[in-house]
Amino acid sequence: MKVSGAQILFKALEMEAVEVIFGYPGGAVIGIYDELFRQKIRHILVRHEQGAIHAADGYARASGKVGVCLVTSGPGATNTVTGIANAHIDSIPVVILTGQVPTALIGSDAFQEVDIMGITRPCTKHNFLVRNVAELGKVVREAFHIARSGRPGPVLVDLPKDVMQAEMEEEDVCFVSGYLYAEESPDNSEIERAADMIAAAQTPLIFSGGGVVLGKASGELRELARMIGAPVTSTLMGLGAFPASDPLWLGMPGMHGTYAANMALNQCDLLIGVGVRFDDRVTSKVAAFAPCAQIIHIDIDPVSIDKIVRTDLSIVANAKQALLAIVARLKEKNHVWPGAIRNWQEQVLEWKREHPLGYKKGAAIKPQFVVEKLYELSRGKAIIATEVGQNQMWAAQFYHYDEPNCFITSGGLGTMGFGFPAAIGAQVARPDSLVIDIAGDGSIQMNIQELGTAVQNKLPVKIAILSNSCLGMVRQWQEMFYQKRYSQTVLHNNPDFLKIAEAYGARGLRARKVEEVEEVIKEAFATEGVVVMEFIVDDEEGVYPFVKPGAPLDEMDLGPMETTSREVARDGDDPFSRSFN
Amino acid sequence: MEVQKEVQKNVISILVNNKPDVLARISGTFSGRGFNIESISANVTRDPAKTKIIITTIGDNATLARILKQIARLVDIIEVVDLTGREAVRREMFLARLNWSKEGNRKKVEALVENKNWKILSADDHTCIIEMTGENGALLEEVMMLEKLGLEDFTRTGVVALENGL
Repeated sequence: MKVSGAQILFKALEMEAVEVIFGYPGGAVIGIYDELFRQKIRHILVRHEQGAIHAADGYARASGKVGVCLVTSGPGATNTVTGIANAHIDSIPVVILTGQVPTALIGSDAFQEVDIMGITRPCTKHNFLVRNVAELGKVVREAFHIARSGRPGPVLVDLPKDVMQAEMEEEDVCFVSGYLYAEESPDNSEIERAADMIAAAQTPLIFSGGGVVLGKASGELRELARMIGAPVTSTLMGLGAFPASDPLWLGMPGMHGTYAANMALNQCDLLIGVGVRFDDRVTSKVAAFAPCAQIIHIDIDPVSIDKIVRTDLSIVANAKQALLAIVARLKEKNHVWPGAIRNWQEQVLEWKREHPLGYKKGAAIKPQFVVEKLYELSRGKAIIATEVGQNQMWAAQFYHYDEPNCFITSGGLGTMGFGFPAAIGAQVARPDSLVIDIAGDGSIQMNIQELGTAVQNKLPVKIAILSNSCLGMVRQWQEMFYQKRYSQTVLHNNPDFLKIAEAYGARGLRARKVEEVEEVIKEAFATEGVVVMEFIVDDEEGVYPFVKPGAPLDEMDLGPMETTSREVARDGDDPFSRSFN
Repeated sequence: MEVQKEVQKNVISILVNNKPDVLARISGTFSGRGFNIESISANVTRDPAKTKIIITTIGDNATLARILKQIARLVDIIEVVDLTGREAVRREMFLARLNWSKEGNRKKVEALVENKNWKILSADDHTCIIEMTGENGALLEEVMMLEKLGLEDFTRTGVVALENGL
């Protein structure tokens, strides 16, 4: 029996256990969409191709599976490029299926033709142009293997229209991928050395990142931290891998990191970096980064090793395997907390008590207060997606994450407009979870059209707009470094977000006063469908602490932090009593 | 023409799957970091599914080390070896066209070719084409000496290199 390219494509997707495709039809993929009509696979029709790639990305982050999006050639393909770069820098496994003009027309400037291979070469982990129907099955399978193996990333498959229409004998179709990826196992001598360094450390600090979430190594991370009594800090991408409710948790380090995390980085004698890439938003001045520490760096990608900071020991391995091996080795050696550990934990606690995250209460609604209320009223159980800017930092600081895959944010690229479509993808992945997009009034307008997608597909995402009528993060920089010249950062004539919500068939709620905040959130959570909440917040509010770019991490502007937001351990409690030892 | 002073050139040998876009991926990794490829030579190996690419480049070692790691993680790359400073043979071939019609030049050229173990590949009364191989720095200097003997144009293969046996 003969089968078409389009049929082979769906067969390959089925073999990869793909449950959902985020996509948008067009001329070059009309044949694929015709076949989709007969298939059982779920398809979420977005309103813009950027929405499709971000939704696939959010789906991947929330589920730990590969996200898939399908778009047409030319503009359909180019509209995904921002989202591909976003997934690439954050190492998110997605497969992007793009239509292409028929093989014979490639290179002829045909209608809706673009060299998407050339355009996406530097921002994909790999990309394929399928040249004939015989290699199609194999290539699609290979794309999935590449996307999810090693350091994950986006893989694009370009599908010429004629290849999708071409037919071949079913028995000749090959789905066997030739791609082999040999994961490096941690080297025994390196593990031994890591264990020795840990045993000798007086003030160790664990610094974990997105690699721990991607590598599903959160359990191993917790075990190591408690076993050695080391406090833990984590990058934006790594939030949730270590529970924020644990007494060893310090919060995020870096430019907007906590006082305790930055001080700990500054004074630790051993830094154990796991699945991190020492981004400049964390290290700030590299020469002054972790100045007293020996550094162990565990990462699956050799490119990350010694890229930014010099390491004393590097272990190229999957985070889970490396952590397991170190824990096992420490157990064999009957590791006990060195005497100095208790003093170090006390010191860290002192820093947490001295300068916890906080803000000054006032007459206007404070954005941090909204995030705190979201945390409180969702009992910390929601999946939080964010846009980019101040809203993102407040969502990282004032919502507290106890589990991985619950904080979905554009870490490396900083893509405004990411949060809402990503939240849609997360809601598809986890239909029973409460998914909230914490947004700004600037960012939300970058992909607000996806309200149509959420409403049509009954994906009850809740959007919380921290509305300050400006592009807050840039405005804050203008205030701090550009003598308050607010060049093009004031948003006049914002639309009425409630009316927009209603026009799309969603619900709109607004809080103007502090006392309305709780009411609005409760009402939103009690509503079944999509809700847009607009909180009119203090437009002068800034994100603090603030380490100026290029300054050492201990030079923090702590800002006006009168009200401590979160209860730090009360005097007399021993917060570490439930840890090991 | 001025002979460039020989600086530390890095010679990289890369074994890749023989696919149409592999070269673009490699060169993109160099150009994306502002690195100039000095020379490149690529050819299929004994196994026709694989190609060996030899690249010479100049640049700071830290950046180059990162580029090599980035190349090594590309999907179609099988092996990356930095031959710089290793025991390896590096050769380059030049083809040079000379106008030897000036009185006495033909004799001088023929003597030089004989002496240097070069080859004359084609010749007529006016011009000849010479094949020369050697270490690329020294060879370039010698080619420049041919200016006086009527050098019209030349072309070069770029460096090829092979590691010594153990």
